[in-house]
Amino acid sequence: MIRFDDVHKSFGPKKVLRGMTLEVPKGESMVIIGGSGTGKSVALKCVLGLIRPDSGTITVEGGEGRDRDAFLARFGMLFQGGALFDSLPVWQNVAFRLLRGSLKRPRDEAKAIAVEKLRRVGLKPDVADLFPAELSGGMQKRVGLARAICADPEIIFFDEPTTGLDPIMAGVINELIREIVTEMGATAMTITHDMTSVRAIADRVAMLHDGVIQWTGPVGQMDTSGDPYLDQFIHGRAEGPIEAVR
Amino acid sequence: MTGVLTGILGGIGATVLGLLAMIGRVTIFLGQTLSHMVRPPFYPREFGSALLTIGWLSLPVVGLTAIFTGGALALQIYAGGSRFDAEAVVPQIVAIGMVRELGPVLVGLMIAARVTSSIAAEIATMKVTEQIDALVTLSTHPMKYLTVPRVLAALITVPVLVGVGDVIGILGGYQVATGQLGFNPAAYLKNTIDFLEPLDVISSLVKGAVFGVIAALMGCYSGMNSGRGAQGVGRATKSAVEAAAVMILAANFLLTGVFFSL
Repeated sequence: MIRFDDVHKSFGPKKVLRGMTLEVPKGESMVIIGGSGTGKSVALKCVLGLIRPDSGTITVEGGEGRDRDAFLARFGMLFQGGALFDSLPVWQNVAFRLLRGSLKRPRDEAKAIAVEKLRRVGLKPDVADLFPAELSGGMQKRVGLARAICADPEIIFFDEPTTGLDPIMAGVINELIREIVTEMGATAMTITHDMTSVRAIADRVAMLHDGVIQWTGPVGQMDTSGDPYLDQFIHGRAEGPIEAVR
Repeated sequence: MTGVLTGILGGIGATVLGLLAMIGRVTIFLGQTLSHMVRPPFYPREFGSALLTIGWLSLPVVGLTAIFTGGALALQIYAGGSRFDAEAVVPQIVAIGMVRELGPVLVGLMIAARVTSSIAAEIATMKVTEQIDALVTLSTHPMKYLTVPRVLAALITVPVLVGVGDVIGILGGYQVATGQLGFNPAAYLKNTIDFLEPLDVISSLVKGAVFGVIAALMGCYSGMNSGRGAQGVGRATKSAVEAAAVMILAANFLLTGVFFSL
């Protein structure tokens, strides 16, 4: 379980999170929706310690303890742009965690696991020796997904998993995420503003607006919530309580 | 009038404060690098790759810079020396000029141009594409994985490059002096070797080590602190090379004082 309790974060004069409170139950897939610049990515990065909140607490079940390496080993993350290491071939990107640190394994074994994970996300073994720059956007997302699940994490974060993909490839990635999260029994947190993704991936949905969680509930209740902010967002209306810059 | 004066003074003050703040941040960055250098985990593959990139692949540019500089130096000293019948000092002045000053400074500046820029651009690009964040989520400290191997590799390889540059520079002077200026080859070499003292060579190598650390450190520092987008990468690269070049020249002045004026 991950719990945000009254989390605040500002960048200079810009207040991004203004008391975000949210609970992500263990083993569930929570999708956080909200407009661009509302702090969705900041919230994810606060959990991982990439950004330090100004106030409030974030608790991850099992705690961080003193061993940050072991704490981070419980997470996998798919970055918006893939964030693959250009200087390493695909298999070394996927097996990065298995080639160094506490989870280090022999190179042959690490490569075999990487190839298996690539197969799981629909990529052939011959992709393993290519470099990220040689791959299409969709293939890079798949490699990023393979890297995120390579060390069988308990918690997986997906940052805008379908951004920049064509609708068919977006659908494929959504299905993959849903399948992988279910079969691994992992807790997942996804941030997106793609409503197709939301319906495909989510068990629960939370809407972040103005730095606070405006609405949260099961995905099935999203269309009948009666929340004007959520209604405006999911139907993509220009008119409503959320001010649209024209 | 008072407003203009206040504005000018304010601008100067802000620049000085900015410079002092940057010196502070770079010093903290150096301290962190040294601290990570002695604590595991270590990344031997990245270190090996940095040795190759910073050391081996810089050899051609260092060699070419040194050979042309040594040759030009011989021509200048011969032409200048002939004004007061001192043409014979060409071997000695080429040796001392190359080993004490031109070898380390020119190699340092070439490394700043070649290595600092490439490190800064690479790390800045990694930062703007979230690769640095990805490293953290993969339980890998960016300082240990990116900075330590590069700074350590520069600390080791740049003195070697300076030594090679010194030798090639002297050979450049030798070629010009014996080929064009009529010097006796054996006497030229004997004069060079007899004139150089151990302190000359030691100072050259120490300067190389310091310049190497400055070049790699500034590349890493600017890259890690890069702004967003292509413009951020460009600014990081430019400021890394500028800062490294100025710091190398300032350090050269200080080290020359330490070695030869005290």
